[in-house]
Amino acid sequence: MSDAPTNAACPMNRTQVVDAYFMEHRARILDLAAFLDRVDRAGPGADDFRMQAFRAAVAILGDGKPERARRVLELLSDPGTEPIAKAGMKGATGAHDPKAGKA
Amino acid sequence: MYIDPHVHMVSRNTDDYVRMARAGCVAITEPAFWAGYDRSSPQGFFDYFRQLTDFEPRRAAQYGIRHHTWLCINPKEAEDPVFAREVIGLIPGFLEKQNVLGIGEIGLNKNSRNELEILEAHLQLASDHGLLVLVHTPHLEDKLKGTRLILDAIRRFPKLDAGRVLIDHVEEHTAKLVLDRGFWCGMTLYPDTKCTPQRAVDIIECYGSERIWMNSAGDWGHSDPIAVPKAQMEMRRRGHLESLVRKVTFENPERFLSQSGRFSAAPLRPTAPDITR
Repeated sequence: MSDAPTNAACPMNRTQVVDAYFMEHRARILDLAAFLDRVDRAGPGADDFRMQAFRAAVAILGDGKPERARRVLELLSDPGTEPIAKAGMKGATGAHDPKAGKA
Repeated sequence: MYIDPHVHMVSRNTDDYVRMARAGCVAITEPAFWAGYDRSSPQGFFDYFRQLTDFEPRRAAQYGIRHHTWLCINPKEAEDPVFAREVIGLIPGFLEKQNVLGIGEIGLNKNSRNELEILEAHLQLASDHGLLVLVHTPHLEDKLKGTRLILDAIRRFPKLDAGRVLIDHVEEHTAKLVLDRGFWCGMTLYPDTKCTPQRAVDIIECYGSERIWMNSAGDWGHSDPIAVPKAQMEMRRRGHLESLVRKVTFENPERFLSQSGRFSAAPLRPTAPDITR
């Protein structure tokens, strides 16, 4: 059981939250499961940095601790503190690549 | 009724203006943005600034929406500091335009040294002219580090009051960081890469409704120019008071933006189509 603080500012109680959002998130967890199946069916190979981060993020969902969204975002983030020497591209990949540009 | 304080209407069509007006949008602010490709000369920015300060306000007025803007060179085009400084040199010539609220959306993209240098050049301009500032924080994996670098950079400009700076695109891992330092923060409602309406309302429930707003940041990519009214619906679905819905989608942006002395969300009668041009 999670010891997460309840959102005092949310007017809905626990049952109302589940009633309102269960079906929507049932669909989303099936999307996650199907995505992982699709990766497996695509053939053998090692996980790249994105999939390694993805699997670590999925583990956070079930750890029973609070602030999962914040912790998943932090897991996916560049932990560095210094600017990089030069921007090699304009876009972002969604997960931090430990081999990406160093300061 | 609502204000969308961050939307790139030059990338949207007239049907979007109609949908926004019908959903209750009365005023917007449009930060200068990356076009999806690097402009080939500073003159390209001169023309873009003319579009933002002249043509787009008249286009919005046809739908009863008041249009305001922010000027800068976006961090995605800041990797060439010489070019970027030429563009920054154009901005003072547009500051007297009546719909210009300040400098934005400046910030960082990949958190490079050149981006940081150009961010500081923009902050200096805002500090020198006493302007409001709208700050873009980086995407995805670069956001947390970039937000920290940006907040530290702003601290180096003591004349910039935190209450006159909005840090945009916050999410669960950056909202508290921004609010704790006295800045305003914006949540961008994007289909995939920033906040959903549900998560934005979660953030309000967790961190409160002071110094916070929501925007669509609708642009040329996958985005939704009527995302703010969808977030209003989400708040109502949860049973939040109408006064809170109005606060975060109208009163808060009005309060921050009115510090410019140029912002208005007063009702605007749609103007006739501009057939003379």
